Amino acid sequence: MIESLISVLLFTTPLAIAAVGETVNQRAGQINIGLEGMMLVAAYVAAIVAIETGSPVLGIGAAIAAMIPLWLIQNFLTIQAGRDQVVVGTALNLCAIGLTSTLYQMRFGQSGQLLSVPQLPRWGGIDGMVLFGLLLVPVLGWWLFRSRWGLVLRAAGEYPDSVRSSGFSVARIRWEAAAVGAVMAALAGAHLSIGVGGTFVQEMTSGRGFVAVALVSFGRWRPAWVLAACLLVGGAEFLKFYYQVRQTALPYQLFLALPYLVALGVLVIVGKNSRAPAALAQPFRSNQ
Amino acid sequence: MNSVVRFVAVALGLLLTLCLTLVIFGLPLGPSLSRIATGAFGSEAGIARSLVRMTPLLLAGLGMVLAWRAGMYNIGGEGQFIVGGLTGATLYKLAPGLPPALLGISILVVSAVGGALYAALAGWLQISRGVQVVISTILLNFIALHLLDYCVNGPLREQAGQNPLTDRLPDLAMLAKFSVRTDLHAGIFLAIITALLVFGFLFFTSPGFKIRLVGENQRAARANGISPERVQILAMALSGALCGLAGGVEYTALAGQLGRSFSENWGFLAIPVALLGGLHPLGLIPSSLYFGALLAGTDYLSRFSVGGKSIIYLIQGAAVLVFMGLQRWFDQKQPVVLDEEART
Repeated sequence: MIESLISVLLFTTPLAIAAVGETVNQRAGQINIGLEGMMLVAAYVAAIVAIETGSPVLGIGAAIAAMIPLWLIQNFLTIQAGRDQVVVGTALNLCAIGLTSTLYQMRFGQSGQLLSVPQLPRWGGIDGMVLFGLLLVPVLGWWLFRSRWGLVLRAAGEYPDSVRSSGFSVARIRWEAAAVGAVMAALAGAHLSIGVGGTFVQEMTSGRGFVAVALVSFGRWRPAWVLAACLLVGGAEFLKFYYQVRQTALPYQLFLALPYLVALGVLVIVGKNSRAPAALAQPFRSNQ
Repeated sequence: MNSVVRFVAVALGLLLTLCLTLVIFGLPLGPSLSRIATGAFGSEAGIARSLVRMTPLLLAGLGMVLAWRAGMYNIGGEGQFIVGGLTGATLYKLAPGLPPALLGISILVVSAVGGALYAALAGWLQISRGVQVVISTILLNFIALHLLDYCVNGPLREQAGQNPLTDRLPDLAMLAKFSVRTDLHAGIFLAIITALLVFGFLFFTSPGFKIRLVGENQRAARANGISPERVQILAMALSGALCGLAGGVEYTALAGQLGRSFSENWGFLAIPVALLGGLHPLGLIPSSLYFGALLAGTDYLSRFSVGGKSIIYLIQGAAVLVFMGLQRWFDQKQPVVLDEEART
């Protein structure tokens, strides 16, 4: 029982870190569809650097560094150039799949040999990232709802005009929120390869970034609720490994699809009661 | 004139992106480009390969245009493509006795219906339950993928043999092929005719106008007594129908049976095709041809260098990013239009 709970926590962590980072982003009025791609790049970079140096911690550092060009390209187009956030994010995802798969194939060949990546040390089945993820929720919650920075950030997502007339720069706030989101994406992606899996396979994020984006709306843009939503999906994900051990009459594919079904199901149930930040996904043009 | 400049700029941008990508990965530029060209246009087989790959890209890309024009971010082309193929295979399983020619046409029809329903579900979820289409369609993609895997291993599995594949369609039910030497099939005509039809629909009919109006200005649509919700669900259904049809064409034209890797990301690859075609039905013809040729070319390239095949995603993604940058540049050259929508 305890072991199962620990496994669920482990599966939940990358999802939760990514989703809480995305919460900050969306609160500032930005939807990061490219989260999936960012996590994938982070997972790859962290795995390669961890293999080369033998140090998973250096792998995490490298994953964060790898986010810088993605962060610059994405937000130059969305914030500075006012381009559509969904389109830019989708393109970023394509780039990430192409980049990581090509690099992986050039390095390890087409064959699917199983990589072994140095993992983060674990204590009782839990690694540092799990603790960090659990800690992150109250910290970012406090930051968003009790600090001046959080207040301005949320205003940028609700009514950017008021932010500007109060003398703040909407663009700057959104760049900062995107930076928080990118660092979280790096940690989440890195945790997939060097924390949970101990390996890297092509397209290993398999939709977790998308699910994280979905869970932000389920969690009503509040970090604690988002964490709860992630635990639910993390539990669903754990079930498919549980299934591999104990055969049941249900088809295996149902368990594979379960995390997505749960995510969709909860969104349908929460439905219209939740309210998104008013300026979500809308570019802000300050030259008017 | 302006559109000519745009076209040239985009074409040059695409070529530059391709070259840069090859250089970044340390592939020799000259030989790689010539291999891509040989694979895409070098022979009758090459041209056929390019056109065969263009077909699903064009059909599903047109589907993207219809949804995106109505302001619905349908990312679910992949799922709708798969459900289209699955619906077709289900029909064959249920009514294997149909006369072959009728069977072929019925499969195309039901695959469009299947895709339409799957997409309309996502549209309905947004309108009635507030679940963003961009999120629900992504989740529905994964669900469709696992559903396909289940079906080919379970209820739709072939009667003879042990492979996780559906029963093979009789030859007479398959779409006509032009030559025994290549895979080129009638689907390419179907796709181009569909592009013309979508063009006519979008720009010369009342529902088409409503779709564009709703996508550009919901409040103006509502003020004129148009219900944006209805129009958006219609746009989603039509979008899914075209993606499902793309699946049906792929099913009845090439293998004649479904396996778990039935869709080679066609619905996903169609998104950049639609974006680079400027979300214009006619613009999609060159854009899908370009990417179809690029797919055929990089397929050929991957015989000579490792990692050639996945490069296409990077080229596509980078091309869209470059295109977005170029668009900004074009916008700057025009007088600033106040975007009231963003301020309210």
